[in-house]
Formats: sequence, C-alpha cells, structure tokens
Amino acid sequence: MKINYGVSVPAPETAKAGTATVAGVGAIAALTREAYARLRAEGVSLEVVPMERRGFLGAVFSAGALVLGAGVLADEAQAAVSWQPSVYLGFEPDGKVVITAHRSEMGTGSKTSLPLVVADELDVDWKSVRVEQALGDQKYGSQNTDGSCSVRDFVQAMHVAGATARLLFERAAAEKWGVPASEVALKLGRVSHAKSGKSAGLGELVAAAAKLPMPDKGELRFKKAEEYRYIGKTLPVVDQHGIVTGKAQFGADVVRPGMLYAVIERPPVYDSKVKSVDDGEALKVRGVAKTVTLPGFKQPHLFQQVGGVAVLANSTWAAMQGRRKLKVEWDVNPAHAGFESEAYKRELFESVHKPGKVLRNRGDFDAAYAKAAKKIEADYYMPMLAHAPMEPPVAVAEWRDGKVETWSPTQNPQAVQEAVAAAMGVKPADVTAHVTLLGGGFGRKSKPDYVVEAALLAKATGKPVQVVWTREDDLRFDYYHSVAAMHMKGGLSDTGKVESWLFRSAFPPILSTFAPGAELGAEFETGMGLNEILFDVPHIRAENCPAKHHVRQGWMRAVCHLFHAFGIHSFVDELARASGTNYVDYFLKIIGPDRQVDLTKDGTKAWNNGQPVETFPLDTGRLRRVLEMCAEKSGYAKFQNTKSRAIGIAAHRSFLSYIATAVEIAIDAQGNLTIPNVWTVADVGQVVMPDRVKSQFEGAAVFGVSLAMMGEITARDGRVVQGNFNNYPVARLKQSPRRIDVTIVDSKAPHAGVGEPGAPVIAPALTSAIFAATGKRIRELPIRRTKPV
Amino acid sequence: MIELLVNGQARKFDGDGEMPLLWYLREELRLTGSKYGCGAGLCGSCTVHVDGEAVRSCVTPVKAVAGKKVTTIEGLSPNGTHPLQVAWERLNVAQCGYCQAGQIMMAAALLAKTPKPTDAQIDGAMDANICRCGTYTRVRAAIKAAAAAGVKA
Repeated sequence: MKINYGVSVPAPETAKAGTATVAGVGAIAALTREAYARLRAEGVSLEVVPMERRGFLGAVFSAGALVLGAGVLADEAQAAVSWQPSVYLGFEPDGKVVITAHRSEMGTGSKTSLPLVVADELDVDWKSVRVEQALGDQKYGSQNTDGSCSVRDFVQAMHVAGATARLLFERAAAEKWGVPASEVALKLGRVSHAKSGKSAGLGELVAAAAKLPMPDKGELRFKKAEEYRYIGKTLPVVDQHGIVTGKAQFGADVVRPGMLYAVIERPPVYDSKVKSVDDGEALKVRGVAKTVTLPGFKQPHLFQQVGGVAVLANSTWAAMQGRRKLKVEWDVNPAHAGFESEAYKRELFESVHKPGKVLRNRGDFDAAYAKAAKKIEADYYMPMLAHAPMEPPVAVAEWRDGKVETWSPTQNPQAVQEAVAAAMGVKPADVTAHVTLLGGGFGRKSKPDYVVEAALLAKATGKPVQVVWTREDDLRFDYYHSVAAMHMKGGLSDTGKVESWLFRSAFPPILSTFAPGAELGAEFETGMGLNEILFDVPHIRAENCPAKHHVRQGWMRAVCHLFHAFGIHSFVDELARASGTNYVDYFLKIIGPDRQVDLTKDGTKAWNNGQPVETFPLDTGRLRRVLEMCAEKSGYAKFQNTKSRAIGIAAHRSFLSYIATAVEIAIDAQGNLTIPNVWTVADVGQVVMPDRVKSQFEGAAVFGVSLAMMGEITARDGRVVQGNFNNYPVARLKQSPRRIDVTIVDSKAPHAGVGEPGAPVIAPALTSAIFAATGKRIRELPIRRTKPV
Repeated sequence: MIELLVNGQARKFDGDGEMPLLWYLREELRLTGSKYGCGAGLCGSCTVHVDGEAVRSCVTPVKAVAGKKVTTIEGLSPNGTHPLQVAWERLNVAQCGYCQAGQIMMAAALLAKTPKPTDAQIDGAMDANICRCGTYTRVRAAIKAAAAAGVKA
C-alpha cells in the first residue's frame, strides 16, 4: 500500500554508508532502515526465557466506530482516492470525534495543533474531540518528531482529512433525507438542511457515512481563512490540565504488573566492553533481584544500546543502591580512551586552519582576499553539549511469545520498532511502541537506545522492566551535540564592503553515528548554515574540514545552525565594527537586494531542510524584513550602549524560517550579567496556534542563553566529566531573559519551522551585546569561561 | 515502621527508611506527579510540601518525614482549582510539562507564606526550579496572576 502524506514530504534518498552523501529529511531514516536490515540479517540476541502470556493492549476505538484511514479502506478504494489520510480520524456512534496524534508531544504543542486543524476543517466542537496518541506504525508516514516539521509536513493532510469527513457526513445526511448534498451543511458538529429544518448529529450518521465511497480530492471544499473557528486562536493544549494536576503520563509513570526497575552501569569510554563483573555485593542489597550483562553493539552504532551491567530490583532506589555495589572491569577501547577536550579543541583548530572540502565556491576567494584593502580573520568555538531534557531517558518493555511491547517518551516510535526488533531478532511489526508524553526531547529522544535496553532486559528477566536513567547517565551517555571550530576570513574594500568571505567549519559529524569513521558532515549538517548563507558577496568559499568522533554524535535542537550561526553573525558583527558601522546596517548591505538566492550558481545546491526551493526559496527579502522589524521593536539604532547596558542583534534563516532576535544585557558593578529583554521577530510562514509558536520562541531564547552562557560538556581520559546540573548548568529563572517579546510576522507563505529556529540567533546576539558593553569579543563559548569585565 | 500523612491520608511504610521520599511517593503510593530530574536537589522537579515547606523529595529520606504531613501536586487542591493551577492553565504555561508540578508546588509554598510576593521574592523562590523548555516568563506571570486572584493560606 502506497502512502502519500502530503506534498511536502520528500522520498528519502538512499545513501552509502561511509560516505557523506546523505541528503534530505528522510536521510537518517533511510540510513537507519538499511543499517537495521543488515543487523537483523546478522542477528543480535540474548539467552532468555519468556514467562508471561498476555494480550496486547490496543484498540483506541470501540466497535461500530467509523474510522477514516489507510488501514480501513479496501485496496480498490485506496486506488480510487488520490489521498490517504496520515491521521486516523474516528467517529464514535455516541458522536465523539477521535483524532489520533501521530507525532510525539514534547512541548511544541503539535499534539494539539494538528488535531485542531482537523477539527476546524471538519467543523466540530473542539470540546467533543478526544485526542489519542498513536502507536508507532509506518502507515502514518514519518513519526520522527524532529526537524521542526510536524505542522509543515502534515497540516495539509489534516485539512484534507477534515474536509473529506465533512463531505462524507453531508452526503450521508443528504441521502437519508432525500435532498441534494449541496443543500446540506455540517457546522459545529451538526449536519442540517435549512429548507426542511432537518438536522442530525454525527453519531446518528456514522453508520451511513461509513458505507459511502471516499470522495475524490477534487470534490473537497476547504474552508477559507475567515471561516476558521480555531486556527489562529489561543487554546489550551490538550494535556494542560493533566500537567497542572500531576496526572499527565510521562515515561516513568508507566507501571506494568510485576515490573522490575533497572539501572545500568555503562562502559565509561565509547565503544568499550565489560571485561568482568562481580555482582556479589550488589545482589545482597534488599530488593535487588538480579543483574544482567548487556551485549555490546556492532558498528554502525545507530540507536543500539551501549552495553554494560544492569541491576534489576523491586524499586528504583534499590536498583541504584545495588549499582553502587557492582564491581565492573572494563575492556577500554584505546581509540577513544585518550579523548580529552582541550587537546581535541587544538586538533579541530588545526583542521580548520588547513583547506577542507570545498562545498560552495563563488568567484575566486584567494585572489580577491589577497587584494583586499583590509583583511580580518577570526576563529570561533562552541563546545560539545548535552540535551539534558528534564526527564532523562526512561522506558518500559514487556516480552511475550516473541513479541515486544514498549512504552517510552520517544520522538520516533518507528525507530523504536526498528531498533528493538534488530536487537531482539524479531520483525518491527512485532514491536508495539506506545508513546507517552515526553518530558522534553530536543533531539535526544529520537534515539531509542534506552528502549532497546528495556526490551533486552524484559526478555532476559521474563518480566516487564522499566529502565531508569539517572541524570548522570543522561549527561554521560548522550548522543552529543558536536563540538565545533570555525575559521573565518573577510576581505574588505577601502569603503568597508565585504568582497571576499571564507568560512571553514570542523565538527565530528552526526553522520559518524550512522557511517563509522565519517569525518565530514552529511549534507543535512553542512546545509545548516555552512553553505546556505544568503550573502551578496562576489567571492565566497565554504569548506568543511575533517573531525574524528569519540562519542555518539546526535542532533540537538537547531543542530549545526547553533555553531554556524554563532560564527557567521559574530563575524558579521566584527566586520561591521571594523568598518565603523553596526550589525544591522552592515548585514542589510551584505545580504543585498531582495531576491531569491540560487546556490547552484556557486557549485552547490541548497539542502533547504530537504524541501524544494520552489516552495521554500532562500528569500533575502524576508530576512531583511525580520531584521528591520526587530531593530525597530528593540530600538537597536538609537540604543545608547554603555558599560552597564547594551544591545546585540542577529538575523538568521533556519528550518525554512526567518528569525531576528535582539538581546539586551545589563552588567552590574560586580560583573554579573543579566538579560532584561529579548525581542524576537519570526517569519515562520502561516501558523496554526500563535500562542504555541510564541512559546517556542520564548523557550528557544532560554535554550540559547543556556548554551551561550554556560553549556559545556568536556571529556577527560575518554570519559565525560560532567554529571549533573551542578557542573552542567542550564539557565535558571534569574539567568534567563526577564522579558521575551515575540512578534509573529503575518505571512501567507507555507508553514515553516518553529521549534528550532529561535535558538541559533541567541549566542551571536548576546556576544555582540557583550562587545558593545565591554569591547571584549567572545569567540569561544560558553561565555562563562570569559569574565566580561 | 514509618507513619506519615500524604495528601490527608495516613500511610505506613516499613521499607528502607533511607529511601528518598520521591521513590516512596512514586513507586509505593503511585503518586507520579512528582518527578525525578536530578536526584541531587538541584532542579526542583520533585518538589513537595512537608508540613507546608517546599522540600526536594529526591534527597529527603522517608524516615525524615515520619509523623509529618506531606502534600504532593495530586493533593494541592481537590479538582485542580488552586489559583496557581487555574493561572497556569489560563496562561498555557507548560510546554513539555515535566517540571511543572515542581514549579507549582514551589510557587504554592511561596504564596502560602507570602500571598503578595514582590518580583524579587518570586525570583528568589523560583530560581531553584529548572525548566529546560524555558517557561520562566510565564511561570512568573502565572504566580502574579494567582497572587492577584488571591490564595488562601
């Protein structure tokens, strides 16, 4: 069955392992699927004895419900319709509308916003809607909730689902009453015929509607924007009441009968193995049931667990106590045992001080730079970072009769199916992946290694198992955001205009998690900022320089844009100051006249989040507008910078959105820095829930402050040093911006990214403000390493 | 045997008295609204009230609350109608929601003692609770809204 879930989802391109040829949003999914197919063929499993037999949970709908979705249509019907919904939209005979949220909810609001679009287009009372979280299943299309694309990729499908159902109910009523369907209208959950005064609720029409053929897409009528009831309005998210009363269910809140709690002592150096275990003392701890040595993994790492020794007990506390008594000797991998962050930083800078792989080449940088009236160079650095969601990884699993059922806060339930299936030697279809609410994700929970652990332990013990990660585990066994070094050169004319621009970047690529040994970024990595700058500069060269990985690398909110935006906009600010002007005036000149930038002229193509440039052009006009609006809102031009109060600003396109943010800082006599104000102007195309868009930009400002001011993971002897919020601090209330003013630009452009693009602009705006106040240019993050005054 | 009151109910516990209150609440009583975030009293996700004081249940042994009155988010109000809960919902404060029970319990302890807190008092209390989603500006606004609406001590 072919599933087509809207116009904007590209077919994943295949990529060869070991090469940097990955492209598109589906790239990771394609890599993963292929790699897991190989793993399955090779087989990885444990000796186990299954114990319990019980039926699987499942059905969301009662018997008699009409369920619209790919699964309930016969193949002939499938062939007859041009669209198959990627959402299950169900109608109970009692009139209740059930909408399935197939994306994961981690705070962005998509569990509310996507169903809301269906309800609005269908035209039912939002109060009559029950939103159900979907299991992992390929029939939904991509469920991988990252890349800031839930609304972008699925909003059209939601409109179509709603309009299809509305037409079906109108036709069912018309048939029942013997009147033309064109005279019947569904409004707010009731179908009525004005001429005869007849009306009916959806419950009364479910049976009749279920018998009708699916309408053709061409027959559908879509609401006009002014007819929307909910889109564009502020509504509470569906879980808000459960959250404030403590009843909302997160990963660790799942309990199964007879469940054991497990904590795991993992190899402290990447890709190392257990040499020997003495669990004698651990087993004496009251409540500890047993220990299990987990197998290692085979490269490529993918989402496999890292191995180690698990302690299982009747409480988390007992398991933690038992773990402390374990004596484990490790067979340490010498290739990674020497990983040390200061030495590694020097390696990265050596790498960017040599020519790398040219990704983009316009004009002749070398010749132009040699003739420049003024030459400016700078190096920038951003350390390794951990996601640190408030809820550390956690998962529950049960094993019965060769099938696995899992409950986890996952951004990607289909990856849970694939990863668990590969580890257990079963088919992905034999893995049921329930999705709880996520206590934060930020990309960490796209990688379901922790669910694999739970599944392996459930099989090993024959009991349901909850694997609990401590905060220390979370910070020491992350899929880390890459450390990055950047080298920039700018050649200026005698009037201060940039005529040549060199940008080199080195970072251990995420690709290495999928293709061992990869030292250059995949296209989706370098496409994030390195070669997509929208500058009207005659000579531009962008190069990616190699970097070896020593930990698992993974994507974190805004990914490579975080460091690339820091480098680009800091350097623009430096060039501006060197030319006696300011960022805003200089940046507006550097991006040139309003136009759509065509990178193919520079020997490259826009990665563009895997989206066509025809739909999502690289539009300098939109970038100019957000910067101008932000400068206006923040009073940037007239701001009187002093030693104690100053402003910085940056504008960046990422995730197909255009964002400008100004950050105002205050520095007291003791040198303490606070942030009284942040102004963000966001052009994210059309929006569904403005309040959730605003909240994402508020949150991104805080996330950006965390990484700019204080975020840093370091390694010594191959081991991650930091273990908790004392030595890996994240922004608290007083350190966060006191006021965050978010303006959403009114736009008719297609929906673009929201969750991530607010973060990259913060660090360069903040360091620019610090420069304005103190004259000190901070080129290495985190800022706390440098005393501003 | 440790005896205590949890959300008005008498409870007895004869397990390891060193076990942090958080695990007792979550795993013995199935009151899962209080969350594990750090296990070290650093983030506040596990905040509950012990005799009206906000405490970090992840570093408070069960034996330390013997004979005391413990209130969790589940017991803050009968139907989720505490002025803070109402304000939280009205302002759509939560993003992922994980730390929010701890935030509300921290704020509730503040308002119980200081019904009309100054900005500095709000900052002083709430700086102890981490929200990785960055809901701080709304947390502050919701506390002000609840204080304006009036909280019975």
